[in-house]
Amino acid sequence: MSSQLLIQTIANAIAASGMLALIAVGLTLAFGVMQMANLAHGHFFMVGAYTVYALYALAGWPFWWAVAAAVVVGAVLGLVVERSIFRPLQGDVVSGFIATAGLMFVFEVLVGEIWGWGLSRPIPSPYMKAFRFMGASVAFQRVIVIPSAMVSIGGLMFFMRRFRLGRALRAVAQDPEAASLQGININMMTALALSIAGGYAGLAGGLMSTIYAVTPSLGGHIILPALIVVVVGGMGSIGGATLAAIIFGFVTTFVTTFVDGVTAVMVSVTVMALVLAIRPQGLLGRVVA
Amino acid sequence: MSSHSTEKFRTWALAPLILGLIGLCLFPFFARAYLVEVVMMYFIYIILAQSYRLIVTVHDWQLYHIVLYGVGAYTSGMLAKNFGIPVFMAIPLGGAMASLMGMAITTPLLRTKGWGFYIATYGLAELIRLSWLKFRNPFGGSTGIIDIPWPPVIAGIDFSDGIPYYFFSLGVMLFALYLLYRIEKSHIGDSFKAISMDPDLAASTGINIPRHRLLACAIGGFFAGIAGGLLVHRLGAVDPKLFNIVTMLYLLIWVVVGGTNTFWGPIIGVSVMHTLFELSRPLIEVRPLFFGLSMVLALIFMPGGIEGLISKAVVRWQRRNFMPTVDT
Repeated sequence: MSSQLLIQTIANAIAASGMLALIAVGLTLAFGVMQMANLAHGHFFMVGAYTVYALYALAGWPFWWAVAAAVVVGAVLGLVVERSIFRPLQGDVVSGFIATAGLMFVFEVLVGEIWGWGLSRPIPSPYMKAFRFMGASVAFQRVIVIPSAMVSIGGLMFFMRRFRLGRALRAVAQDPEAASLQGININMMTALALSIAGGYAGLAGGLMSTIYAVTPSLGGHIILPALIVVVVGGMGSIGGATLAAIIFGFVTTFVTTFVDGVTAVMVSVTVMALVLAIRPQGLLGRVVA
Repeated sequence: MSSHSTEKFRTWALAPLILGLIGLCLFPFFARAYLVEVVMMYFIYIILAQSYRLIVTVHDWQLYHIVLYGVGAYTSGMLAKNFGIPVFMAIPLGGAMASLMGMAITTPLLRTKGWGFYIATYGLAELIRLSWLKFRNPFGGSTGIIDIPWPPVIAGIDFSDGIPYYFFSLGVMLFALYLLYRIEKSHIGDSFKAISMDPDLAASTGINIPRHRLLACAIGGFFAGIAGGLLVHRLGAVDPKLFNIVTMLYLLIWVVVGGTNTFWGPIIGVSVMHTLFELSRPLIEVRPLFFGLSMVLALIFMPGGIEGLISKAVVRWQRRNFMPTVDT
């Protein structure tokens, strides 16, 4: 194995970790606040990618404006799902989980009917340059996801610790009843959590839209790795999700590069089973009585 | 409610059931061959949905049931094709294999809770499904296995024909339903329900929760494998696409829309939703939209499923007709 290939793979792995972290952080936040899992989260990512396709590749907006629009679209979708599905089913974990599974079908068909099935949408890269480092070259598109993920996840952690609203979110995650006794509006907090989740998924989808094959089934492909990351990190733990995203970003990228994609999924699923057999609550998860 | 009126009602409810069975027995002699094949699929799906419901009674909603169905299909098909084992023996062996695989998936993850359990077990089941894709030898990769033997001729009846196989699968379905019904009404079934209602209380009365969850998973897996075996010896071929998450979602839709509170829910669910599925063939592109929406709406507005609506109506009707003087 040449050192050039090794460096290139490491760079790709870091970029993949950043993207996985962006998706998983929102999923785990929503789970922590509502105890509800959103299976359609991957479809927020897919819709984000299509938003960039429509605005940047078709309508000719500047790339970053289109990404910002993808964030907004994702956040609005999150809000709509919270209002229409999670709130009526409050407290019923199983029903919420299954209802969002039905939602996967809905999003997939709507996007497919609007923008067409089958072939992936080509999106030209806004940066033609490649990033060169010690003889390896990495597409600039893959590199920009790294600072974006670092800034937005760091920002979220800062928000959760230092801001009143963020602390209120954490209070609801710990004990909804006690939180509402302190005057925290729970409905507002769950709405906030899901719009943050949707926004982050939209951001990830927008940033990665030039790299991934953008098809209506993209959401279904991305959701399994994201769910694995959340479960292994410990449900509701943002730090855990980030840590697990780095682990699985590296495992998946290395196995995909040196063996193949199917094996990569098989290896990461095995890693997940091993971790959960030893620590059922996940790496950084709290034990709930 | 007096026991007399319940008895009277039971005999009333039995009549449509017997009529339905007679109808199913006469049906293949009057219908076109294609329709016979379609109805045969209902039998297989009812076994599948009913075995899933058994696991749901322990509150272990999971997303890997369809993979166990696949394990049954692959095992039974490969045993018959590669080892020459008679079809009618290969099908129960496939069920046993599916049962074992179900336990292998569940055992290491029993300590995970709720959502973590659903995802983790689904992940492990993907490991099985992807190994069918990855290892061309012996699983045939993405094209799967073809030329799986048809059932043999026994006592002059050729079971590879449509109508004999129809009656064979009808018989298997009725037997499976009978066994599952007896299990639900037994001591074990009561323990399952106790666990789903209040695990802490159930544990305090001495019910071994992990063991019962495993048992439910083993029994459910066995019948899912039987359904897979029935499928594979009719299709004569099998491939990994039949057992992906989309099929799992349809299974969930049957069970959720039908209802899981009583034994009849999944049967109603399969009958209604699979009929709509067959009727909507011309609208193939937007079909998932309709089914996804129906599941979401059923969960929000119809928590007991169709079966819940029917039993509510029956109770109201019963009150009016059999207990005019009793005020509850």
